[in-house]
Amino acid sequence: MLKLNHVKKTFHPGTSDARVALDDVTLHVRKGDFISIIGANGAGKSTLFNAVCGSFFVDEGSVLLDGQDVTMAPEHRRAKVIGRLFQDPMRGSAPAMSIEENLVLAAGQGGWLSTAGKREKQALRERLALLDMGLEDRMKQPVGLLSGGQRQALTLMMATLSMPKILLLDEHTAALDPGTAEKVLELTTRIVAENKLTCLMITHNMQSALDLGNRTIMMDRGRIVFDTEGEARAKLTVEDLLEKFREASGRKLDNDRMLLA
Amino acid sequence: MTFATILGLGQTALELALFNALTVLALFLSYSMLNVCDLSTDGCFTLGAVVGAVTAIAGHPWLSLPAAMGAGMLSGLVTAVLQTRMGVNSLLAGIIVNTGLYSVNIWIMGGSSLLNMNKTQTVFTLLKGALKGSPLGAQYSLIIGLIAVTAVIVFLALFLRTRLGLAIRATGDNPDMVRSSSINPVFTTTVGLCISNSFTALSGCLLAQSQKSVDINIGQGMVTVALASLLIGGVFMGRRSIPLRAVGAVIGAFVFRMVYTVALRFNLPAFMLKLISSIIVVIAISGPYLKGQAPLMRRKLAAKLGKAGMKRC
Repeated sequence: MLKLNHVKKTFHPGTSDARVALDDVTLHVRKGDFISIIGANGAGKSTLFNAVCGSFFVDEGSVLLDGQDVTMAPEHRRAKVIGRLFQDPMRGSAPAMSIEENLVLAAGQGGWLSTAGKREKQALRERLALLDMGLEDRMKQPVGLLSGGQRQALTLMMATLSMPKILLLDEHTAALDPGTAEKVLELTTRIVAENKLTCLMITHNMQSALDLGNRTIMMDRGRIVFDTEGEARAKLTVEDLLEKFREASGRKLDNDRMLLA
Repeated sequence: MTFATILGLGQTALELALFNALTVLALFLSYSMLNVCDLSTDGCFTLGAVVGAVTAIAGHPWLSLPAAMGAGMLSGLVTAVLQTRMGVNSLLAGIIVNTGLYSVNIWIMGGSSLLNMNKTQTVFTLLKGALKGSPLGAQYSLIIGLIAVTAVIVFLALFLRTRLGLAIRATGDNPDMVRSSSINPVFTTTVGLCISNSFTALSGCLLAQSQKSVDINIGQGMVTVALASLLIGGVFMGRRSIPLRAVGAVIGAFVFRMVYTVALRFNLPAFMLKLISSIIVVIAISGPYLKGQAPLMRRKLAAKLGKAGMKRC
């Protein structure tokens, strides 16, 4: 589904600020994988997503999406098969436009000059009702009026509307209050399961990193230092993960920072 | 002043407002929707006037409209390419194109800075001839203005509902979202600027033909005048639906013209128009900002006075 082969990226190369953000990263994601990604700040988790999405071009190595080499493909071209959620709930939808308009845009059906018909709008409304947040009764309202949690849930719906091949979640519940975060996370797992999406999720919550999905990888200083799945993963506890981190990085983990979701 | 004079002044104001309203609608697309302040507007307005005049003088009155619009599109394309593909800041791109257009416009006019269309067949003289003797005989300017404005509003209302229109609005509303989506912001910005500039050029073309002359300064300050009208229109329509806001832009253009006409009646010299429009834009943009700041300022002032009071004690 997604293959990163020996991907390297250095920011500000040749200056005193030069920083290796991705250091020879190789990752093979299988179809249907739900991978949680953990690591301290600056470990390269978001940079990994940026490399997949094409927010920048990698210095070395290649990115293959669904068998196609997209290493040099522009961001908007890759976005057709990638759904992405950011930590900031304001980032994924247009505030001055209505919920309906945002959904129509995200569904991306039909040509540029086509408009959404009654039937399509009704279908979108029904999809939105699945969120169980009452948003389907506010289709004509501007998105700017929604709360952070509602907006993130809407963004999640928008990101999965066009049936992406892969869903990238970048700490998408970190800016929400605990109750809302739980609800959005629950929605996420449900939507991923229902649509059998391949999913990568960055999280600072070690417990949900182990609870959700079928595989967990840990990053440190631009490298993947630990990759676990199956039985070995099932037996892991948060304590074990912290221990693994110490082993892999040779330093003590700022575990408060990591454990605080 | 007789009633007839007032009516006549009102009609002239309305006609001018309708021609200018096309530029206001252009800014409605580029400024309100795409969130790009297109400073090439002045030059593009003149470009439309010049291309329209030259085409009409060459004997193609009908062709002058699409020719002007096409020229406007080309100008918009250059502005868009500069800011999306060549790393030029969006405001600077507009200014650069605007400056360049000055030379281009004189070049199109064959080295002169003034063209006369007194004996030229234009869309206005054509319609005037066609309507001769009918009750609407004297209203040909008004009719052309109304048709053009209505057509543009209908186009915008329909276009902004399409997926491309929504994508253009999203590009202006949340560029971050569009960048990480499958919409190419380069494409939406380019299309938006091409369309808006075609309206600006049409606006210049019609104004020049109605005045039967074009000079190189016809578009000077147009961007500020249009922005003032757009912001006045926003006061009337606020956050309503797109078609209503487009109508609001036209109302804004009319109100602006009326204010100007009244000011002229009070013996304000004509050259003050640009200053008035500048002041209106400042009030319209700074007004809401200062209103928001007012409570804080009041508190600061109270704190200052409070301190002074304490010292006195």
